[in-house]
Amino acid sequence: MKSGNNLMRYDLQIIASWIEPGSQVIDLGCGEGDLLQYLITQKGVQGTGIEHNEEKVAHCIEKGLSVLKGDINEEVHDYPEQRFDYVILSQTLQQVYEPAVLIRAMLRIGRKGIVSFPNFSHWDIRRQVFFTGFAPISRQLPYQWYDTPNIRVITLKDFRKFVHEVGFKILKEAAINTHSQDRYGKIVRFLANARATYGIFMIGKV
Amino acid sequence: MSEYIEHDRDRVSVGIVSKKFFTFAEPPSAMRLESDARLGPVTIAYETYGALAPDRRNAILVLHALSGDSHVAGYYSAEDEKPGWWDCMVGPGKGIDTEKFFVICSNIIGSCMGSTGPSSINPATGRAYGLDFPVVTIGDMVAAQKALIEHLGIERLLCVVGGSIGGMQVLEWCVRYPETVASAIPLATTMRHSALAIAFNEVARQSIMADPNWNQGDYYSGAHPALGLAVARMIGHITYLSDESMRLKFGRRLQDKSDFSFNFDADFQVESYLRYQGRKFVERFDANSFLYITKAADYYDLIKLHGGGSAVRAFSRVRAKFLVISLPRTGSIRPIRPVTSLRRSRRTVSM
Repeated sequence: MKSGNNLMRYDLQIIASWIEPGSQVIDLGCGEGDLLQYLITQKGVQGTGIEHNEEKVAHCIEKGLSVLKGDINEEVHDYPEQRFDYVILSQTLQQVYEPAVLIRAMLRIGRKGIVSFPNFSHWDIRRQVFFTGFAPISRQLPYQWYDTPNIRVITLKDFRKFVHEVGFKILKEAAINTHSQDRYGKIVRFLANARATYGIFMIGKV
Repeated sequence: MSEYIEHDRDRVSVGIVSKKFFTFAEPPSAMRLESDARLGPVTIAYETYGALAPDRRNAILVLHALSGDSHVAGYYSAEDEKPGWWDCMVGPGKGIDTEKFFVICSNIIGSCMGSTGPSSINPATGRAYGLDFPVVTIGDMVAAQKALIEHLGIERLLCVVGGSIGGMQVLEWCVRYPETVASAIPLATTMRHSALAIAFNEVARQSIMADPNWNQGDYYSGAHPALGLAVARMIGHITYLSDESMRLKFGRRLQDKSDFSFNFDADFQVESYLRYQGRKFVERFDANSFLYITKAADYYDLIKLHGGGSAVRAFSRVRAKFLVISLPRTGSIRPIRPVTSLRRSRRTVSM
């Protein structure tokens, strides 16, 4: 799947495949709008995004996307109930200060949520901590401990448990193993917790 | 709005332009205003840049703020020192590209730069209107602009764009004439003034009215209330800057002095700046117009006028696509944001 001239990130390809044509979608933390642009042009989706980086917002507007520059944690409360079919939170949950508040808000403004994040229980992460004793650095989590925006470490198991504790259910999930700048990959099922670089979950109300 | 004027570094500009005039609402068809008073004839001063496309769908209407005028870009003559107030934005190949778009800007009624206002001659008396000029609203200003647009043969505007009081006109255009506006760019504006905003405007107005020369607005044949207007402008300039930006821009630095003078001259740079801005302003602006335009801004309440108290309802009739640009807490006045209501009413909006 291509967005613009580049192949879209594999996790976004999976997310896009879960969304029906013609849906109403909001992408929280939409970056430069690659996913939104793909969904709108290829799947007839009506979409909007929120992004806090001004330069990325300008890129979105340049693409003709409807986007808000702001903090998703604040802006999300301004939308009416059940406004969207899908609320997407891709690669952002690890930076959210109050994940429970955000997840609840997502399922207030939308029928279903789609959340993706780097899987902290990947075997290479475990290997680094176990053998080197340093905080792990991977392609998916490339920062040093002292300058990372990622304040939450999430494993697939953590998220499954969290969704139930917050009172929602998992409608669909995909554990994926990616390579080549995360543009290619495959779904893994066997020993997923250790082999997946990312987890993608569709969540909804019970 | 001389503080915005910058020569284009590349000297690219629309070039020599001229101000045009359109007169309508000749009695007995005088314009009925929101206050129920009647005004006629009404003259609108305006300028256009670029060419109107054959299908007439490439027109962009620029809406100016308090002290602006129709002279958005270009020069009136080769000797002109400064171009229009938004020359950096409007011109060939610029943000608002006059090679693609037909750009229109008119002077709002109530102002003093060519359109009918308190300093215009009242045909009934042969003298300036003064305070006989009816109190006009943002809605009245927009209605007058609509008359101009129709006169130019334009049924649908590609975009309306403006900041501050111009932004209020943008919002009003979208709600009052929803079928006429395809897209809107309101900049640093609000749906209605807060008490703080009204307070600042009131102090500015009181300053004008307290000037001994004001004479109930009847000063055109004598000395103008220049001091009052200068002080009003100084107040305005303070509201344009935040505490932090004033600290950075001026601090406690002295103006061309190494020590205090122990009198009431301007010692500090900020004092000198304010006095200078006030002085410059009175050279080009009319005190009565200041009263009328700030009053219109204070009266403006999109939520009450068009939504019966609900901003969502007000915007529900809007058809335009929006690009809303706010500034991060500039000055002291926090606006009442239209973006929230636009989202709640499911309008296409980017910010």
